[in-house]
Amino acid sequence: MRPFAYTRAETVGEAVAALAADPDAQILAGGTNLVDLMKYDVARPGAVVDINRLPLKEIEELQDGALRIGALVSNTAVAYDERVREKFPLLSSAILAGASPQLRNAATTGGNLLQRTRCYYFYDPSTPCNKRQSGSGCGAIGGVNRIHAILGASEHCIAVHPSDMCVALAALEAIVEVQGPEGPREIAFADFHRLPGDMPERDNTLAQGEMVTGIRLEANHFAPHHTYLKIRDRLSYAFALVSVAVAMEIDRGRIVDLRLALGGVAHKPWRDPLAEAEFAGATADEMTFGRIAERLLTGAKGQGGNDFKIPLAKKAIIRALKQAAAGRPQDQTIKAIQ
Amino acid sequence: MLHHSKVVGLPVSRIDGPLKVTGTAHYATEHAAPGMLYGYVVPATIATGRILAVHTHEAESFPGVVKVYTHENRPKAAFRDAKWKDEVALPGHPFRPLENDRVLFDGQPVAFVVAESFEAARDAAALIRVDYAPGEAKTDICAERHNAYVPPVPRMPQFMPPKPRGDAETAFGLAPHSVSNDYVIKGEHHNPMELFGTTVILGRDGDLTIHEKTQGSQNSQAYVCGVFGLDPERVVVRNRFVGGAFGQGLRPKHNLFLAVMASLDLNRSMKVEMSRREMFYLTWRPSCVQTVSLAADGEGHLQAVLHHAVHATSRHEDYQENVANWSGLAYACDNVKIEYEIAKLDMATPGDMRAPGAASGLTALEAAMDELAYAVGIDPLELRIRNFVHRDQNQDKDITSKALHACYREGAERFGWASRSPEPGSMREGNELIGWGMAGGIWEAQMSQAEARVRLFADGRVTVSAAASDIGTGTYTILGQLAAEAFDIPVERVTVAIGASDLPKTGVEGGSWTAATSGTAVQNAAKAVIKTLLDHAKNMENSPLADASEEQVEISEGRLVLETNHQAGVAISDIMASAGLPFIAETGKAAPDKAIMAKFSAYTHSAVFVEVRVDVELGVVSVTRVVSAVAAGRILNPKTARSQILGGVVMGIGMALHEEGMIDHRSGRIMNHNIAEYHIPAHADIHDIEVLFVEEDDDKASPIGVKGLGEIGIVGVAAAVSNAIFHATGKRIRHFPITLDKILESEINP
Repeated sequence: MRPFAYTRAETVGEAVAALAADPDAQILAGGTNLVDLMKYDVARPGAVVDINRLPLKEIEELQDGALRIGALVSNTAVAYDERVREKFPLLSSAILAGASPQLRNAATTGGNLLQRTRCYYFYDPSTPCNKRQSGSGCGAIGGVNRIHAILGASEHCIAVHPSDMCVALAALEAIVEVQGPEGPREIAFADFHRLPGDMPERDNTLAQGEMVTGIRLEANHFAPHHTYLKIRDRLSYAFALVSVAVAMEIDRGRIVDLRLALGGVAHKPWRDPLAEAEFAGATADEMTFGRIAERLLTGAKGQGGNDFKIPLAKKAIIRALKQAAAGRPQDQTIKAIQ
Repeated sequence: MLHHSKVVGLPVSRIDGPLKVTGTAHYATEHAAPGMLYGYVVPATIATGRILAVHTHEAESFPGVVKVYTHENRPKAAFRDAKWKDEVALPGHPFRPLENDRVLFDGQPVAFVVAESFEAARDAAALIRVDYAPGEAKTDICAERHNAYVPPVPRMPQFMPPKPRGDAETAFGLAPHSVSNDYVIKGEHHNPMELFGTTVILGRDGDLTIHEKTQGSQNSQAYVCGVFGLDPERVVVRNRFVGGAFGQGLRPKHNLFLAVMASLDLNRSMKVEMSRREMFYLTWRPSCVQTVSLAADGEGHLQAVLHHAVHATSRHEDYQENVANWSGLAYACDNVKIEYEIAKLDMATPGDMRAPGAASGLTALEAAMDELAYAVGIDPLELRIRNFVHRDQNQDKDITSKALHACYREGAERFGWASRSPEPGSMREGNELIGWGMAGGIWEAQMSQAEARVRLFADGRVTVSAAASDIGTGTYTILGQLAAEAFDIPVERVTVAIGASDLPKTGVEGGSWTAATSGTAVQNAAKAVIKTLLDHAKNMENSPLADASEEQVEISEGRLVLETNHQAGVAISDIMASAGLPFIAETGKAAPDKAIMAKFSAYTHSAVFVEVRVDVELGVVSVTRVVSAVAAGRILNPKTARSQILGGVVMGIGMALHEEGMIDHRSGRIMNHNIAEYHIPAHADIHDIEVLFVEEDDDKASPIGVKGLGEIGIVGVAAAVSNAIFHATGKRIRHFPITLDKILESEINP
């Protein structure tokens, strides 16, 4: 860890001003990721802006059944909120599939969106990593890459986004509410995280000085047919090898609306809305689910150590679709995959 | 003396438990001293090569930094290797921190920052840049097995293979049923809760009190005295509480060297705690490749056993463990050939990790036995019963005891083995295939050398002291129980003082020998106290014990009495008063009985039964049930004993499914050097584990009938899990850990 300046913002305006004034400044919320990264000497912020006193800790009901979740609401509070559980059970489920109770108690909604990859090379400053140090190369390509991307990777970076919550938010098409020096703006969830391309050091599309103030979820009809299925190397406290968030509407055995997001496979929660749309009207059965799986993994590419993720992702998609179609979402409190 | 157990054999709760759960048991780095300095290690980031330059200027000028050590300014230490060799050192050259510009392994300390605070030391360490000339690292055991060699200097004679018996190759060729396969186990890394650390407290007179995470305070004390030429009278090493060790704490680590070095150089008290990352660069269970070939006749009687094992060692030391010899003694077989080699890798020296050798070797043997059972077409348990042997064929000796049949019988019954349908893939529930597998375990029932001192006070209180270590196993408690039993007092009246180098001599805590060894020493010391008490009692006027021999007396309710007539006796307080003594203290010793060991071998045995559920499409494995039946002689405390086996089983599940140091073989570096990415089982991975101790009387393995429990719990577990996975899926996975990708990619076994 390196010495840094510390300021505590009392208002969103103050926080944004502090961020805008210093390109080396980073926000501190729950600290579950940033502080670790600072201790490992991976993150080296010149200034830390503590936003824990900002009034972003509420879950509000909006018109038409929408919900706004403040950026500082803890992952635990979201997961166990009655309104979230009733209207957006997929979100609750995905959060409970991640981390541990202690971490979820500390981690915040905004912080979850902004957590960094768990790539081994990103975490070890003595190795090359374009995400950590632009232009230094990618250690994971040709190296240990069991946990790496099979979709949307580039020759500069094959890291994956580690969040579970964000996979659900991608499926639910959340809106990210942002405040910046130019005022507030909204970012569609699909546009919030980005693919690595030739700028893997950038995880998202936030501009200099912008901060997440909350997320908004519009009402939907997915609660009866959803699931979050996470496949990992042990049954708890491990990042996803592959995870699948499904939100579906089914009418008389046919798919009306399908949203499927994958975690653990790309630099961002992976959606393919065009592919999803192709299956509107299809029978909600195993044959269709197999076709969906094949379609979504079109173009997937392994790196050697993670080749297994391609067949695994297909099988996980089929299982998740079966769970969702049957109205039997994966229970995150049992020690088994359903 | 112990035939009427009142305390021994009961599930007494840990006497150190309240201290631990209230945070008042202070571990090595939880001690403070005025003016304490803090050290932080900079680990190498290459696996082999030379250091060209260490740029320390920025770190040296960091606020709070006192000094930065590198190989260029390290204070002098002993010249000869012999001074660096600890009690359990290996053949080769012991590692010397900051000795020269050579890098021998990833993570080797290349600089050491000392500062006024831990944070300053850590933050300054991040500013140090090192220029290297890296060499080409060899870290893949599967590639380097071809450069393996027979260790020229055995670590222990018994680690070398026995002479071949019969003609295994010919018998293998002639037998109607045979299997021959390679088994690969990736390197595993110790990750006990407590990190390695040292606090050196410099006394006003220059004496050193060192709080150290170690499995042997006297080993660490002798090491620092040897390396730094210190007067042993002026150095005490304490390890009162150890937060898990499992073999990693047997040998002194660089934290001890660096802490003492800086303390002496700077004349200040020092504290050094390793980072979690550094734990991956020490004393790991070596990666290994084994070829096991078994052949049997039509009834399953073994006709040939061939076991060839290669495991990793470092460039500078020849680590050795007994991987393959178990195959020559587990079952009856007249044609046995065992070969054992090691291969050098550019990695830190491997070391002992719970059941070193046996955990790896029996994984291969017991997986191969399961394969043979299917080749012959008989039940895997039945195959083992048919090949039962009550003799150590390797050494041609009798066995002190082997209640393995009882383990098989009671374990199988509790598990419900009889209702197993033998066909792989024949048990299914929803998406899950269910598999039942079993394996046997063996570990040596050893004694080491130890002393203990027992002091009896006039009011009946007793203290026990020894340099023994309790690494979380329950040593405090069982020593207290043995003393309480001898003096017929509740365990609360016994004070146990262990974990310091200035207490009676005790070897390192390892090999599952502590209960048998220190327990015997305590019992002998107690006997000596009673004898002295009797001598004084005899001198009293009209003593009712005037004609009694020491064999005829015992202590009952605060009195020394005749065993056959408790009315005839004298109160301890009266004897002490008469002799004018505030207390009686005697020392007892324990050592292996050479006469017995010349005739007998002593082992603990186990049978492990495992149920797995494997998701038929996703390959996810859950170990849903384990029954571990253990024959380990006399059980002093079923509560701490059960905990030992439970821990071993959990560690075995980790070996089967999770644990793996992931190495980038291009650079030779371990990439998952943290416990987020180095997986051990989480709570969700552990279901029901049942532990059974079968009845086993053994008066030869140790004088107190104890065989030891630290290692046996893990042995065989990984094999039983892999056998259960085969039974569930029909897939033989011979590469450990068995991660889901291996199940998904594996073809059905022909």
